[in-house]
Amino acid sequence: MLDKKWAKKGALLVLVVFMLSVVVGCGGGQTSDKESKGDGAETIKVGINCELSGPVASYGDNSRNGALIAIDEINKAGGVLGKQLEPLVRDCQSKTDEAMNVSAALADEGMVAQIGPLTSGTVEGSTSVMMENQIPLIAPAATANKVTVDEKTGKVRDYIFRVCYRDSDQGVRMADFALNTLKVKKAAIFGSTSDDYAKGLAKYFKEEFEAKGGTIVAEEGFMNLDKEFRGTLTKIRGKNPEFIYVPGYYTEVSVLIKQARELGITVPIGGGDGWDSPDMVKVAGAEALNDTYFTNHYSVEDPNPAIQSFVKAYEAKHKKAPDSFAALGYDAVKLLADAITRAGSADPVKIKEALEQTKDFAGITGTMSIDEQHNPIKNIVIIEYKDGKLVSR
Amino acid sequence: MQDKKRTWGKFILEVIFLVALFTLVQYLITVGILNRYYQINLTLMGINIILAVSLNLINGFTGQLSLGHAGFMAIGAFASVIMTTLLDYPFIIGIIIAMLAAALAGFIIGVPTLRLKGDYLAIATLGFGEIIRVVLQNIDYTGGPAGISGIAKMTTWPVLFIAVVVTIVVIVNMINSSYGRAIISVREDEVAAEVMGINTTKYKVLAFVVGAAFAGLAGALYAHYFYIVKPETFNFLKSFDILVMVVLGGLGSTTGAVIAAIFITVLNAFLQEYAAVRMIIYALILIIVMIYRPQGLLGNKELSRKSFNRIWGGKHVSSTNK
Repeated sequence: MLDKKWAKKGALLVLVVFMLSVVVGCGGGQTSDKESKGDGAETIKVGINCELSGPVASYGDNSRNGALIAIDEINKAGGVLGKQLEPLVRDCQSKTDEAMNVSAALADEGMVAQIGPLTSGTVEGSTSVMMENQIPLIAPAATANKVTVDEKTGKVRDYIFRVCYRDSDQGVRMADFALNTLKVKKAAIFGSTSDDYAKGLAKYFKEEFEAKGGTIVAEEGFMNLDKEFRGTLTKIRGKNPEFIYVPGYYTEVSVLIKQARELGITVPIGGGDGWDSPDMVKVAGAEALNDTYFTNHYSVEDPNPAIQSFVKAYEAKHKKAPDSFAALGYDAVKLLADAITRAGSADPVKIKEALEQTKDFAGITGTMSIDEQHNPIKNIVIIEYKDGKLVSR
Repeated sequence: MQDKKRTWGKFILEVIFLVALFTLVQYLITVGILNRYYQINLTLMGINIILAVSLNLINGFTGQLSLGHAGFMAIGAFASVIMTTLLDYPFIIGIIIAMLAAALAGFIIGVPTLRLKGDYLAIATLGFGEIIRVVLQNIDYTGGPAGISGIAKMTTWPVLFIAVVVTIVVIVNMINSSYGRAIISVREDEVAAEVMGINTTKYKVLAFVVGAAFAGLAGALYAHYFYIVKPETFNFLKSFDILVMVVLGGLGSTTGAVIAAIFITVLNAFLQEYAAVRMIIYALILIIVMIYRPQGLLGNKELSRKSFNRIWGGKHVSSTNK
């Protein structure tokens, strides 16, 4: 008897759920109206597809903040082509499938271009939808070489752009810096093997360092989330390198550097933009970080007025200093606005053509020109930790 | 005689319903009412149904708490992509290899770990899922952590539909067979089942292998829709996502698993616009459902035409109920 009652209730609940889903389906349908895309619309819709939850949520969060500050600035100054920019912020949960899903939803809502996602994998998830819909995507921080170029066919992905330099650029830059500025000849590599980003950096560093006459005396790896590096560090110490290259993210690198210094390894240590986080100083300590260098997109302490006004606006709104992701998100929006102005139209295809023609665009992460593979040509900043402060070299 | 007629009638009705559903959706896709956005969510729905129904066989019907379902999915995804993208075989070969590879992995994992019970089994399967992910991250042939991209989109609506129907038909028929009764007896009381002469290990492994094979199928479909596969996608959170669907639908209810898979997919799509609070609302809804329906939406009941009749005053039917 009781069973039957419950079955009834359960079935009713299921019915309600079904009805709800129907309602949801209709609701979604109403927002999709193709007319609102491009020139006819009253606002210019900019999709912001970021990782707001999941393992790399902090990138997405900061980049979105940067992008929204840029949109605010542009709108206050009268918008683009006399129209306001309307940000459509969505969360891709750090998942490739969700990135594709979000892009499809945004395309449906009539965006003219998409900012984000942040990591190379999620951008690749989003890519096929953007190409199908012929809407440009500007990736703020996807550094893998293959993002803008199909590796198999060597063809450029028409609608995919980025405002950050590639992994290869970073590895090469640090190798040159170590050889020419730090004057070292023997280097060790101790990088993360859990992601392609760190593996890529290590690979390009090694190629450049050896090509320019240096020798790699040791090559070791760690996994993301590792906490104990002393064993491998001792091994590396035995090989007497003059420089240690540690590509990886700040979570592990901060602990690694601390342990290296405790073991009496005093040689300079270098890394990539994954180091960029206030947590570095908190975990490793200011002293341990002395004589460490990393390649980065920009420096908060750069006196350039454009950078300082951005830093001020960001700090006023979010009570913290903007990291590279924020700056790159800001630049991505500014580059888009610049392209729309030059195209004289908010039609996605025309925006894409204008993006391809970008020459000497003055962003806060450097002056950039877009090359034929849709990568920016710009300089790479080397940042040194000096008593817990970031100093650009 | 009467019974046989009724069974045939039911079968024909089901076939008509399925064909109608298939044609309707195919029509909507052809005329463009279901655009890419809806198609993506439809695909996710289908894949989630396969995952939930197959995990339900292990967790719900056999009563073995497995947390490694994403691992089997990963094996299926990578096995199929190796066949199609790297070795240029047709998709169907990719699917078959995916299912076989996942089933084999299920067997290899199942034999030693299914001696464990409850928490211990959960931990062992959780560990297994992570091992698969880490191993894949370190195989250069499959692209390491970046995985394989540039996978052709081959999971079309017909493929998806057939896969979902086959999964449900196979699992439902398995549960209603003597194998299924043996499997359920393991869940209800393993000692008693053993005493009755049921080879409990055999049935546990069988359920595990079948569940794993269909997770492999889901992985293959997933890989061939979302353009890129990387090991990170199949982390333990993915396993939990599937487990949530099974528990939400009701452990031991196939229709429950299907409904929960649809519910979760729609909920996820619906909350997309509330980017900032999405995960909070998502979690809240799950908590509320679990407080008011701790046994899941359907408990261990099945939703059938009978239960609809029961609600709409089908008095003549209720007399045939137990």
